[in-house]
Amino acid sequence: MIQAKKMGFDYIRRDEEGNVEEIQRALDDINIEIKAGDFVAVLGKNGSGKSTFSKHLNALLMPTDGTLYVDGMDTSKQELVWKVRQNTGMVFQNPDNQIVSNIVEEDVGFGPENLGIPTEEIWKRVEESLSAVDMLAYRKESPNRLSGGQKQRVAIASVMAMHTKCIVFDEATAMLDPIGRKEVLETAHRLNKEENITVIWITHYMEEVVDADYIYLIDEGKVALEGTPRQVFTDVEQIRRYGLDVPQVTELAYVLRQEGMRLPPVVLTEEELIRCLEKEL
Amino acid sequence: MIRDITIGQYYHAESVIHGLDPRTKLVATFFYMISMFCFNRYIGLVVSAIFLLWVVRLAKIPLGHMVKGLKPVLVILLFSLTANVLFSAGEPLFHWGIISITLAGIKRAIFTGIRLCLLVFGASVVTFTTTPNQLTDGIEKLFQPWKRIHLPVHEIAMMMSIALRFIPILLEETDKIMKAQMARGADFETGGLIKKVKNLLPIIVPLFISAFRRADDLAMAMDARCYRGGDGRTKMKPLTYKREDYLAYLALGLYLVVLFCLVYCMTRLISMF
Repeated sequence: MIQAKKMGFDYIRRDEEGNVEEIQRALDDINIEIKAGDFVAVLGKNGSGKSTFSKHLNALLMPTDGTLYVDGMDTSKQELVWKVRQNTGMVFQNPDNQIVSNIVEEDVGFGPENLGIPTEEIWKRVEESLSAVDMLAYRKESPNRLSGGQKQRVAIASVMAMHTKCIVFDEATAMLDPIGRKEVLETAHRLNKEENITVIWITHYMEEVVDADYIYLIDEGKVALEGTPRQVFTDVEQIRRYGLDVPQVTELAYVLRQEGMRLPPVVLTEEELIRCLEKEL
Repeated sequence: MIRDITIGQYYHAESVIHGLDPRTKLVATFFYMISMFCFNRYIGLVVSAIFLLWVVRLAKIPLGHMVKGLKPVLVILLFSLTANVLFSAGEPLFHWGIISITLAGIKRAIFTGIRLCLLVFGASVVTFTTTPNQLTDGIEKLFQPWKRIHLPVHEIAMMMSIALRFIPILLEETDKIMKAQMARGADFETGGLIKKVKNLLPIIVPLFISAFRRADDLAMAMDARCYRGGDGRTKMKPLTYKREDYLAYLALGLYLVVLFCLVYCMTRLISMF
């Protein structure tokens, strides 16, 4: 589905005459492969390059070197840009700044309208996608009356209405309260399982990636760690060095193990920890 | 306090007028307003007022709500009334220095006042019964022929609807910034006009910065959703004329015919004597 080969990206700052003032290497030698139907998390602290990476998946940015294939299409080919964008949708961080219309259902219809879908088909898609994110009851509402989590669900529906195969969540939960965060994460997981949509979840909240199929940890523009959550969270000290925290439960287990308790090397969920502790005691 | 301002002033009700195509309403208002300037007889005002009252009844808008709509034009109304009373030629009824009040002036003032009110009511019927989105859709469709002379009709309509979407958000933000600055000791209440305007600077600068950031984000989000201008775009809610719209046009035509016939007959009748 998504394949990055030695991908790199520079932010180039120019002065008024167009001379290069400063080059900042945002991504360097990224090699990533994501299979269709996976739930993949991309982790990194602020400024690590994870958001820059996400914008490449939608051809909002194009690699300065190396190549990125989305569903077999080279994103740097100008004529493929719109196909790439139709293939991978984006849900951004700020819920207010990505809703175009005054009415929920019209916003969901915005994407299909741009694709030139016939009117009856648009209505069908709007209804399908709104019910997929459980927002059909709010179709006539103004987005200004919705909570943050609901707005993000509308944004997800808007992407789905374009029949994308893959949705990139670019820190989509960063501005939400805990309830909204849970709503959006659960919706993403459900769509991943039920509609077989590939999900790329970009975040710095560790609790959100425990259920992911695979994790990439990006630091200073490079893939620093990769693997399943269990593999990645084995080395708590190393993750700390990259400016991130492991989930609370994992940390608790780690501390207990250091104090001499016999626990498995990685514990990801509360239930798991309880089970292990019961056995131990 | 700022949130009380509602732009567009849409008044929701289930009525025939609400259900009409926005184009019909725009065109009808346009002709209605022109018709108001085509006569100078009271009979014309009577016909126009009856027609408007009928439309307002159909639209299920309470009359009190309509009258509230006069508030913003009150200054213009008063100005026009005094100007007409004071500066009309004719037999003076009353002298006071250079000011003289004439009977003709008072008559003119009353006539113009009623005409102005009817104009404002006529225009507000459209904004009361049409959502801002429908309004922009209607404008886009009506101005379609202007595309030939390279007027970016779709882009203008898109800008209008996005502006409408962000008005409440930016208002809320202004409120937030004001409170933040007040918490740091900014004073927006006291001082003369110039000082007050100067004091607004710490609100306007952050507001602009945030508006630009939002615009940037939104542009990216629209790009990501394959927006590339009006060409090749389909509509989720295309505008189509229904039976009611043709009836509305018919009613408008009837009104114009009745109006002009009556005004013409009255003029003839008076000139006969």
